[in-house]
Amino acid sequence: MSMAQQAEPAVNTPPPAPGPKQADGRTVRRPLALRLLARPEVGVFLGAVAVMVFFLFAAPPVRDGSSMANILYQSSVIGIMALPVALLMIGGEFDLSAGVAVVASALTASMLSYQLTLNVWVGVIVALVVSLAVGMFNGWMLVRTGLPSFLVTLGTFLILQGVNLAVTKLVTGNVATDSISDMDGFDQAKAIFASSFDVAGVQVKITVVWWLVFAALATWVLLRTKYGNWVFAVGGNKDSARAVGVPVTFTKISLFMLVGFGAWFVGMHNLFSFNTVQSGEGVGQELIYIAAAVIGGCLLTGGAGSAIGPVFGAFMFGMVQQGIVYAGWNPDWFKAFLGVMLLGAVLINLWVQRTATRR
Amino acid sequence: MDRSSHTRSRRVAPFVAVAAAAALTLAGCSSGSGGKKSEEGGAEASAGKASTPRMTVALVTHQAPGDTFWDIVRKGAEAAAAKDNVKLVYSADPNAGSQATLVQNAIDQKVDGIAVTLAKPDALKDVIAKAEAAGIPVVGLNSGLSDWKDLGLLEFFGQDESVAGEAFGKKLNEVGAKNAVCVIHEQGNVGLTQRCDGVKETFEGETQILNVNGTDMPSVKSTITAKLKQDSSIDYVVTLGAPFAPTAVQSVGDAGSEAKVATFDLNKELTKAIEAGDIQFAVDQQPYLQGYLAVDGLWLYENNGNYSGGGEEPVLTGPAFVDESNVEAVSEYAAKGTR
Repeated sequence: MSMAQQAEPAVNTPPPAPGPKQADGRTVRRPLALRLLARPEVGVFLGAVAVMVFFLFAAPPVRDGSSMANILYQSSVIGIMALPVALLMIGGEFDLSAGVAVVASALTASMLSYQLTLNVWVGVIVALVVSLAVGMFNGWMLVRTGLPSFLVTLGTFLILQGVNLAVTKLVTGNVATDSISDMDGFDQAKAIFASSFDVAGVQVKITVVWWLVFAALATWVLLRTKYGNWVFAVGGNKDSARAVGVPVTFTKISLFMLVGFGAWFVGMHNLFSFNTVQSGEGVGQELIYIAAAVIGGCLLTGGAGSAIGPVFGAFMFGMVQQGIVYAGWNPDWFKAFLGVMLLGAVLINLWVQRTATRR
Repeated sequence: MDRSSHTRSRRVAPFVAVAAAAALTLAGCSSGSGGKKSEEGGAEASAGKASTPRMTVALVTHQAPGDTFWDIVRKGAEAAAAKDNVKLVYSADPNAGSQATLVQNAIDQKVDGIAVTLAKPDALKDVIAKAEAAGIPVVGLNSGLSDWKDLGLLEFFGQDESVAGEAFGKKLNEVGAKNAVCVIHEQGNVGLTQRCDGVKETFEGETQILNVNGTDMPSVKSTITAKLKQDSSIDYVVTLGAPFAPTAVQSVGDAGSEAKVATFDLNKELTKAIEAGDIQFAVDQQPYLQGYLAVDGLWLYENNGNYSGGGEEPVLTGPAFVDESNVEAVSEYAAKGTR
């Protein structure tokens, strides 16, 4: 897969300082290694490799194949959501409701199937519709009101959080849903959303495959399609994008709906791997998705980024989170370790980019 | 939006089609097993109603939104309120400062009694003194066993977390465990830490602590798996909340470990897992009893001047062990969401 097609993000363009040999520094062909390093996903790739090598030394159990499968599993459930969140961020917007949207979707599917005693696939489909509708609402509100996405999605975040609790309590009389594991269609759905398969004696979760498939798909869309260009354009400058004929409204709303799709997928994974859903879950996850996208080189202000970067960003998160446990460090420091490792990784990322783009 | 107006009529058609198709699909898609239909609607326990004058009781807890445990406490309180002709006002906030404000709110409403949890006693000291100054009796429940007397509460209904932990540790000795990991799903929570400390106190084997992110189940699952990989000699996983125990069972499978799972607290799924032998035992602090007794205690005090424990001793609601020997008796009530 070639990444040479992607427009160089504006932020990485070196200042046109006069070169020693030529008057116009922009036309100097820098060595290939440096040009590669200047790409945002290469920075995060090196950061992820550094973290992995560190834990391979610090935590012997990580060297085991099944441990790596476990780390990849943790990374994949973050990563599947980090992808649409990253695309949305490239398109210039945030979605703070992404974490609770996952739980909202799982609750919808679970309660609908259970309460009406329907085949679980009915619940799964309705949950998809609901998730897409939430995304559409976010995008529509944003486009119609012109409010920052931070505010609009903060609103949806709070609404969903309350609705999740209140509706679950109203419908089931409890704050967790009933187990649907003995209902028709559960096994099929589990095979798609939450099964695992054997690779050389190691059980790998299917979410890892979906994660990589979605990442490849997102990369193709971003780099090879008109829609991908639209995403970069609306994130870079909305008004000039509109001036050259990019359908800004469509692009923004569809990006939010893409996050809805991701939330649905992860929600279904949660439902079919744990059979029941707690209505209070999901709070705080939105920040982890955003963090994975930012670590992956997506610009908080929009207009630049990739789909591959967040894959490594999510991997780094999963690696650090599990690596600390594999290393057997004092658990009281868990969160602090996580923060330090992440900050360190981002700094490596930044440093690599700066060094590489300094001509 | 001029452009869209003349196309609107054409756009309606697909929606109608989709709705019709959905209705047809729904009709043909009922599940042959499980679901609501298989659940027997258990009749509510009804035992008449007191003829005493209507009174108002405020129950103020430190519940985090969506916690199954507190839901059961609330159901117990509601059952007592219904029987005792009490109007129950329930409010909750995990933030200690906000909880104090809620107690103040109850005082302002001039309620006839307040039941409060003391997760952070110092934060509630002043407002409880105010309630007493206003002549409102205050009882404690759930947490605050070591502080209720100092704060001048009338009585206390709960389980000592340390005592429960110690009982758990002894049980682990009985079943021959050697190396246990105690899974804390909310880092920094005093009650959870006390449980693990209690286990450590009496358990003769090694006790390790593991912090997990309780708001994200996949993360809980892979973190426990990682811990079991890191130390393969772990033979017991101790979870501190009912929803995390079935997840721990999955982790044990993923890690290819031989470890067994036991837990604090109880819910519907858990009783099934204990029956199936996936989970060894659960220690129940009987949250329903806590909510029920707190409201009923205030009613007794209001109408007959009674108070349990004479202001000296707390009323202990746990620890009650549930394992395969007695799970059958409990599961019926757990299925209704009251145990």
